[in-house]
This record gives sequence, C-alpha cells and structure tokens, in this order.
Amino acid sequence: MASHYEAPIRKPLVVGDKGYHDVTVDIARPVEGKANKQWWIVFSIALVAFLWGLGCIIYTVSTGIGVWGLNRTVNWAWDITNFVWWVGIGHAGTLISAVLLLFRQKWRMAINRSAEAMTIFSVVQAGLFPIIHMGRPWLGYWVLPIPNQFGSLWVNFNSPLLWDVFAISTYLSVSLVFWWTGLLPDFAMIRDRAVKPFQKKIYSLLSFGWTGRAKDWQRFEEVSLVLAGLATPLVLSVHTIVSFDFATSVIPGWHTTIFPPYFVAGAIFSGFAMVNTLLIIMRKVCSLEAYITVQHIELMNIVIMITGSIVGCAYITELFIAWYSGVEYEQYAFLNRATGPYWWAYWSMMTCNVFSPQFMWFKKLRTSIMFSFFISIVVNIGMWFERFVIIVTSLHRDYLPSSWTMFSPTFVDIGIFVGTIGFFFVLFLLYSRTFPVIAQAEVKSIMKASGERYKKLREAGKPLYQMPSNVNRTVTYHEPITDDVLMGEPKPMVGDKVGVDELLSAVGTFDSTTETPDDLKKIKGVGPEMERTLNEIGIFTYAQVARMTEREYDLLDSITGRFPGRAQRDDWAGQAKLLNDKK
Amino acid sequence: MASKVIQALYNDDDVLMHAVKKVRAEHHHIEEVYTPFPVHGLDKAMGLADTRIAITSFLYGCLGLTVAVVMMNFIMIEDWPQDIGGKPSFSYLENMPAFVPIMFELTVFFAAHLMVITFYLRSRMWPFKKAENPDKRTTDDHFLMEIGLHDNENELAELLWETGAVEVKVTEKES
Repeated sequence: MASHYEAPIRKPLVVGDKGYHDVTVDIARPVEGKANKQWWIVFSIALVAFLWGLGCIIYTVSTGIGVWGLNRTVNWAWDITNFVWWVGIGHAGTLISAVLLLFRQKWRMAINRSAEAMTIFSVVQAGLFPIIHMGRPWLGYWVLPIPNQFGSLWVNFNSPLLWDVFAISTYLSVSLVFWWTGLLPDFAMIRDRAVKPFQKKIYSLLSFGWTGRAKDWQRFEEVSLVLAGLATPLVLSVHTIVSFDFATSVIPGWHTTIFPPYFVAGAIFSGFAMVNTLLIIMRKVCSLEAYITVQHIELMNIVIMITGSIVGCAYITELFIAWYSGVEYEQYAFLNRATGPYWWAYWSMMTCNVFSPQFMWFKKLRTSIMFSFFISIVVNIGMWFERFVIIVTSLHRDYLPSSWTMFSPTFVDIGIFVGTIGFFFVLFLLYSRTFPVIAQAEVKSIMKASGERYKKLREAGKPLYQMPSNVNRTVTYHEPITDDVLMGEPKPMVGDKVGVDELLSAVGTFDSTTETPDDLKKIKGVGPEMERTLNEIGIFTYAQVARMTEREYDLLDSITGRFPGRAQRDDWAGQAKLLNDKK
Repeated sequence: MASKVIQALYNDDDVLMHAVKKVRAEHHHIEEVYTPFPVHGLDKAMGLADTRIAITSFLYGCLGLTVAVVMMNFIMIEDWPQDIGGKPSFSYLENMPAFVPIMFELTVFFAAHLMVITFYLRSRMWPFKKAENPDKRTTDDHFLMEIGLHDNENELAELLWETGAVEVKVTEKES
C-alpha cells in the first residue's frame, strides 16, 4: 500500500526479519521471563544506595539542615545543584515523546517509553530536594494556595519558587498521564498473553480494560497529539522557570537574561545523555538490539552534540556579556569562576560539556557504542558541575570580602545525592522488569514502513502481505464469551475418546516402564491443570509434545475445547523440543 | 439483550483495510473493529465520525486559564494586597507579568488532565474495568471485524472468507 512507502535511503528502524508477532514476543520477554544475576546485583547496589540516602534524609529532617555543609555565605549548594541536575535530566523524556512526535520522527518510538519513565523517575528525585530543604517537610502543603491559620495570608505568586511548585507538579503529573495513556495498549498486550492468574489480574488493572476498538485508537492518537502539543511548551516552561529561581535574583552570575534558553538547552543535553546511558545498558540486558539500533544511538549523539554546542555558545556569551556590561561585580563573578579557587569545577564543566561532545562530529565515534556510553557519563558529570559552578561559585565570594568562604559537603550532602541516584535506579530497574519498555503498539504501526523485513520485500518488488489461502472455510460457533476474563489457567475438559487415540497415534505413547514423565509445566502456556489433562490423555514427555504439528494442536483443541490456538501460538512443540534437548 | 454477531479475524492490516472497504461497499454495518495498533485510515474507511476530544481540551484549557486569573486576582489583588519589593499590587493587569507562568501552567494542567479523563471515560477505561476485546490475539497480531447478523449468516460468512479472513466465528454478544 502506498501509505507504507518510505524512501529506500532511510535505514530500517527495526532490524531483523520481524513481523508483528515477533514484536509482541520480544517486548513481552523481559516482563515474562526471570531476572538474571546481573539485574539482581545492580538492583542490590541501587537499593543499598537508596537506603543509605534515606538514612541521611531522616538524619537531616530529625536534626536540622545544619547537618549539611551550608554556611552563611554559601547558603545554597548541593541541594539545589542536585535539584536542577535531576530536573534537567527529566527533560529528555517529554522532549523525545512530544517534540519528536510533532516532528513525526519515527525513531522516537523505540526510546520514548523508557525516556518518559526516566523523566518521571528523575523528576521524583528532583522533587525530593526542595521538600527536604524545607526542613519541616510535614508543612510542605504551605506551598499550596491555601490561607494559613492566622488569617488570610497567602502564598506569594510573584515568587519564582512558587512558580516552580506549579511548573514541576504540572510537569510531573502531565508526563505521568502521557506515559500511562501510551502504556495502556501495551499493558493490554501483556494482559492478554499472561498465563498466571496473578499477572493477569495485575495487568488487567494496569491496562484499565483497554480493548483496542477503532474508535479508541482514533481518540488515542488525537489525545497523544494534543498532549504532545501541550507538553512541548510545558517542557520548555519548566526549566525556564527553574532558571528564574536564579535569573530574577540580583546575584552577579545569576542575574542573566540568557538563563532560560541556556538552561533548556542544557536540560535537553543532559537528558539525552542520561537516555543514552540507560538505553545502551538496557538494549543489551533486555536483548532489544533489533529495536534500539546503532542508528538510534547515533541520532541521540547528534542531539547531544548540537545541544552541547548550544550550551558552549551560552557559556561564551555569558563571559562576553559580563565583560561588555561594564559591571565590575559581574565581571569579577566570571573571572572568579574561571580562575578563582573553584577553577577546577569550571574547567571540568567546560571540558565535559563543550569539548567532549565535539567528538560526535566523527561518524566512527558516534556509532561506537562504548564511546557513546563513555561520553554520556562524561556529560552527566559535566552537567552536574555546571549547576555546581553556577550556584556555589556565584555565592562563595559575595560583596563583602570578609565573608568570603568555601563550601565543603558533609557526608550527609553526599549521602542524599548518592541516595537519589540509588532511588532512581531502583525505580528504573523495577520498571524494566515489569513494564513493556518499548511502545510496541506504535512500533507495530511503523513496521511496514520502517521494518527491515518489509523494506526488503518492497525492494524486491514483492507484496507486503499475502491473502491467506483459506481453503478450510469452517465457521466456528461460540457460546457467549463469558469465559472468565481473569481466567486463571486454561481448564481443559476431557471427553472425545476418538480424538485421543488419533492424537496419541501421532505423537507416540508413553511407556511408564522405560520412560520418566517430564515436567510439562515448563512449557510456557501449560499450567498444572493443562498438564494434568495432557497426562490424562496420555502425553507425559517433551518428546511427545515436540511431535505435535498443527493437526495435533487442532485435535488437542477439540478435546480440551478451550483456548483454541493457544498451543500453536505459544509454539509448544518448539518449546518442548528445546526442553528435550536440554534434558 | 444478546445479539448475534459474526466475527472475522485477519492477520494483516492491509487485508483488513481492503476487507473493511469491501464489506462497507456491500452495505453491511460494521459494528466494531479491534486492532492491536492504530491502523491509519481505518476510521475513515469504517465511516467513523471525527473525534472531538481536541475541542474539549481547548475548552478545558480556557477553564484552567480562567481559574488561574480568578484565583490570583482574588489572592494577590483583592484579599491581601501587598507591596513586594516596591511593586504594590493594585491591579491585576499591572501585576500580570508576574502571573504569566502560573496562568500558563494551570492552562496546561487543566487542558491535559481533563482531556485524558474525558478520553478514559468516553472509551470506558478505568482501573478494574474488564477488557472487552472478543479475542485475545487482537492485542498481539490479529485484527477482528465484527458485524451484526440479521439472518444473513451464510452470505456474510462467504463474503468474509472472500476478503481474506483467517477465521470466522458466529457468537452471541451481550449488550
């Protein structure tokens, strides 16, 4: 069909000979399978870090903010640095899913789900810092526009800190519903494949009963488009407002009109770096190399290179404007950044953020997975230093030289920061085992345009589909479909003795004197009840199951009378063959 | 009331599209099509009306903007006007620039959330809602067309086989 046409020069976004069902199987695999050893190791480390951070948070709240390294001059340091760092990382998800959707960039589909998950998890980390910083987090509701108990004194709507409350809570909640709405069809896919009753229940609940009617899809696409249109200015507004926290103050080094665009570019920069960090690991661990290809990594590297260069321009503009303004205080703030006692932080920032992304001009480097991973880590570090430089070096030498000082973090500062990294990875690792990590419904919709199998068919001049040769035209009659939707496992009914004999003649009989029965439950789709039924019929071994073909599946279906096609869909014979070989 | 329907399963979106067009050309009313992913042009081919959900979003956005203006006017100008940094709060218009961020955020907040809630309710989706797709394969790689039966079972079955269905079922549906 013409609508599937895509220029042959475009490289396939889904590599390998994959059809629709292969996508389902590949995306469901990490959810349905068991976690491997590496996952448990990384998860344990993350959990320990998280618990350590939690301890530091409890210590801070119960003792007071004095346990941090803040002093009278440097009264804002790691807390706000970490806050801005995490919010910045949280920008890539919505950017990928919203802005790239508006630009109709199909490559977003492999990465938008995880990027949005990353967004939500990192905004959660960011939100922790202002709440802890309140000192009395149980009074956090005071930031809401409610009159206090002494009279109708309200929150101050002129304050950028209050704008932040509104911006970040709107961003977090809108990102969450954007993410969840996109997840519904994919949860439904896992729900309809689930065999165990508990999983079935959980995914039924999570999928909100998604059914996939044509009308639902029509609304779904419209909602996605409108949400993308709303989220695009929203994502730009969030870091703009975060930058107002600094830009509206009169501290030299902060009082800068370039801050909003510069912060937004930096946020995209750091966000894409974090997406690269996470996805390079995830594509390997979850074997999703066919979907998150080197091309995807290359494109993200290009975004990193461009935004890194924008950030570099902003740094230089700041220096120029400081000189050009003729304001001594402003000039000193920047001179001090580059040559003062914090020169090492400034030059780490410059090296990591401006210099290192320039390697991406070379195709060889930006298509190298190891190098991309390395640069993504470097950028993450650099962007943390950027916020540290802006915040601490602007404060530590104020207007009064007698109060000039340095900042050194205490173990609590470090502990909370490490704890949020741990918390972030705990959430992301749990996500990667329980959520469909790729928007499979969307990927299926571009398979015919951008999948390698269909691209090859098109190049060979072959049709993309074949009319099924339905010679066996038997209409099946079904009783009302009141079969338990949360069905538990298939409950076969044994009857039909003729069919049983025919079936056994094809797959072979089991001789209990020479053979031992196998654990048929190891075959996916076979539960204890189905195993019992198979045993009643006379099927005990993998070898017998492996001999089943379409004809035997049909016979089995007619005997058990339920869930027609399940054995074929799950490829019991293929599974049994593998299990038999392993025995 | 239970009504009789015929369901045809397809295993390709292009085959489905041709089938939908053919069935419509034969003047049968397609009750529903269940697909695993958005098939572009399907709504047009089925003759579904355009969705108006974007319009609701616009209206919700207007509501959000109004809420923001009314709220901040009451709080900052009427109820407790303050002189902050030598900039007294006398009129909403004069102080408006400081209120733009919140006006924007609340507009987006209302437009996004209320639209999504509307979508969930109109498409009958909420936690603990049971799924209604008649065949589990329709979230994987199969497409299901459902047509109401009015004593024309054989004729319709024949037509559906012609269009390339891989399975045809007659079933009763609760409605």
